[in-house]
Amino acid sequence: MAAPASTSTVDLVARFPDSVTADARPGFSGFIVKKENLVEVATALRDEFSFDLLSSVTGVDYLAENKMEVVYHLHRTTGGPGLVIKTQVDRVDPVEVPSLINVWAGADFQEREAWDLMGIKFVGHPDLRRILMWEGFEGHPLRKDYKEAFYEEDVKPYKSRWPEGNHTYAEFKNPYRDNVKLPEGFSLDNYQPQTEDQLYFSLEKSSIKHEGDRGQELGDHMVVNMGPHHPSTHGVLRVAVELNGETITSLKPVMGYLHRNHDKIGERNTFLQIMPYTDRLDYFNSMANNFGYAVTVEKLMKIPVAERAEYIRVIMAELSRIQNHLVFIGMLINDLGSMYTPSLYAFEERELILDIFEAVSGARMMCNYFRFGGVVRDIPEDVMQKIKDLVHERLPAKTDEMERFLNENEVLVARLKGVHVLNAEEAIHHSVTGPCLRAAGVPYDLRRADPYSVYDRFDFDVAVRYNGDMYDNYLIRFDEIRQSLRILEQALKQIPGGPINSQKPQYQVRVPAGEAYGRVESPKGELAYYVVSNGKPNPYRYHVRAPSFVNLTAVETMCKGVKIADFVALLAMLDIVMGEVDR
Amino acid sequence: MYGKGILKGLGVTLNRFFETYLDDISWWMRGKKRYYTQEGIAHRASKDARGIFTVQYPEEQLIQPEEFRYVPFLVYDEGAEGKKEVRCTSCGICAKVCPPQCIWIVRTNDPNTGKPVPEPKDFYIDMDICMNCGFCAEYCPFDAIKMDHDFAIASYDRNVYNLEKLLKPASYYAEIRPLNYNKEEEARKAKEAAKAAKAEASASAAAPAA
Repeated sequence: MAAPASTSTVDLVARFPDSVTADARPGFSGFIVKKENLVEVATALRDEFSFDLLSSVTGVDYLAENKMEVVYHLHRTTGGPGLVIKTQVDRVDPVEVPSLINVWAGADFQEREAWDLMGIKFVGHPDLRRILMWEGFEGHPLRKDYKEAFYEEDVKPYKSRWPEGNHTYAEFKNPYRDNVKLPEGFSLDNYQPQTEDQLYFSLEKSSIKHEGDRGQELGDHMVVNMGPHHPSTHGVLRVAVELNGETITSLKPVMGYLHRNHDKIGERNTFLQIMPYTDRLDYFNSMANNFGYAVTVEKLMKIPVAERAEYIRVIMAELSRIQNHLVFIGMLINDLGSMYTPSLYAFEERELILDIFEAVSGARMMCNYFRFGGVVRDIPEDVMQKIKDLVHERLPAKTDEMERFLNENEVLVARLKGVHVLNAEEAIHHSVTGPCLRAAGVPYDLRRADPYSVYDRFDFDVAVRYNGDMYDNYLIRFDEIRQSLRILEQALKQIPGGPINSQKPQYQVRVPAGEAYGRVESPKGELAYYVVSNGKPNPYRYHVRAPSFVNLTAVETMCKGVKIADFVALLAMLDIVMGEVDR
Repeated sequence: MYGKGILKGLGVTLNRFFETYLDDISWWMRGKKRYYTQEGIAHRASKDARGIFTVQYPEEQLIQPEEFRYVPFLVYDEGAEGKKEVRCTSCGICAKVCPPQCIWIVRTNDPNTGKPVPEPKDFYIDMDICMNCGFCAEYCPFDAIKMDHDFAIASYDRNVYNLEKLLKPASYYAEIRPLNYNKEEEARKAKEAAKAAKAEASASAAAPAA
């Protein structure tokens, strides 16, 4: 069991007696910082206390107390427990909090998200536009007094389903009737989106921005919109790229095309009901998503996990990592222009891993396999044999074959070698986690840095490479596959017998009031959940810190000054999945 | 030598190409069919598969594991004279646990007393909203709702299933999930035996007093 993030290591109150108080609410931890001193405290935390990685920024709307809270989770890339700082402001519009973008650039998208969904204005943020909701959207959906379209009740289960549940179609509840707020005088027919201009304005050398004075000399810059339907953007991501000839001078990703407000859905659901929804975040790794959510809620509930289930979880998470990285390699080659053959080779091995997921959980991708305290069902004997065969025979051989197939390919090497992705400083500054950070020479892997589950019992190395170029980013996935196989071999040997859940199966779990921040090393980076419970069957606040979304913060830094042809490959390096970016 | 890496890679693909046909030939030599047979499909989905292992859907179908889950159905036991004894007691647990809230149950009330009767009057599942998570089957205390294996339900209009369409016999359930079915039957028999033993014990305990 991972130790709960302790804050006793840092005595922030002694350092800032005037502006910091400890959070004394039962079940809560961390420090409450006055908003006037936030930047000062944050800078000190980064420089004096070496909390160099800003893990997550999010808000909580305490409607009853008439407060809005911004929660920051900080970590050290050298490992160890994290630190939570919070700022509370009165819930009176405009809710204003100083932006931390100058302390950690990784705050960029996360602050924009908090503005978009919670309506918290980050003063000093240079580009505070909506990020997930569409242009012209009125209101902030994660506020507790917001009612969405098709709104029925605040929490599930809905009363209309039983005992008098006569079915009605959701679409009959007209979204335009009374639960969607539209701007005054809104008419769909003559609606003109304003934010398109804002987007182009945010590009560095935008001719709109520099009209008159330097417009002339910057005149040959061209804006290209890549996506939202572009085969290289891995889903519905749109990127406005500003070009000087073929060189990228500035770019801004536009997202939200797949947005479904996972956080709000989560707050409507009971704790258990969220589990299948987490499958749909990073749909390649539903096992890893389940893992993160289960770890978080178990932290809140303070329950142990059955010993056998811990091993099953590790086995599933590592198999998931292998298939994710295989697909990454395949799709990267696809993006580089070699259509299909390598990616289908990768998909073949993935197929076999998905067969295992299907046999244990019932579904290939939407596994919904974890429960609080364990997993749904045991691994059957024949499936266990299948896993052993894969881990001991097939996957090592096929990884070798994949390397033989691609690694020395001159075209591939020419495209990848020496093209800079991120160096360590840039990566940490932009809160990039996962293989991209490790390829830049930072051995930060949560399985080692802040071990959860039973990862502290296995002997494995944190894959790390030092050049930070595309070729290293590519090779590190092979390293990680090999390390995962090492973990799997040990897990399969050590797995004990016994029950697979420490709890009785129950559909309504009791979760005591408090907050928890649980994080796991998903194949894409640090996947974390922030859950606030008030003792009711539904979480009060549920937030997902999605690695793809946060990693995308660095895309502008990565791509500035490179040719547009490399942009596609650089984007592939981040290994984003839109289900997770847009949530 | 420049181009060595490419040639090496091409060697891998060439190897795959031959492996496909080598497997075909070796199966043919052994007098077995590699295509359109269960054995052949199972082999192509195993760790020993070499070369191309495409499955020609819909002529061929991958073998579904027992735990495979698609939309739910309601189980009924076949009573005397083809009477459908619905296992569901309309307790509403499935409707409460359903994450997208796609289950709607109408409870029957006794016309004379007005008290609820343990059999649903109607049962709707909006299959277009169902996310196939399997919670309803997992938490049903009566083994009355189970996940199906039949995934080919595409249609031109909305799929809202009512009680009639949801009901499938227990024999069908036993066919698609034999291991689970046997486990549950055993548990039920053990429970009934324990109940009978208890009743007997209490009867024999009561007998001398009378």
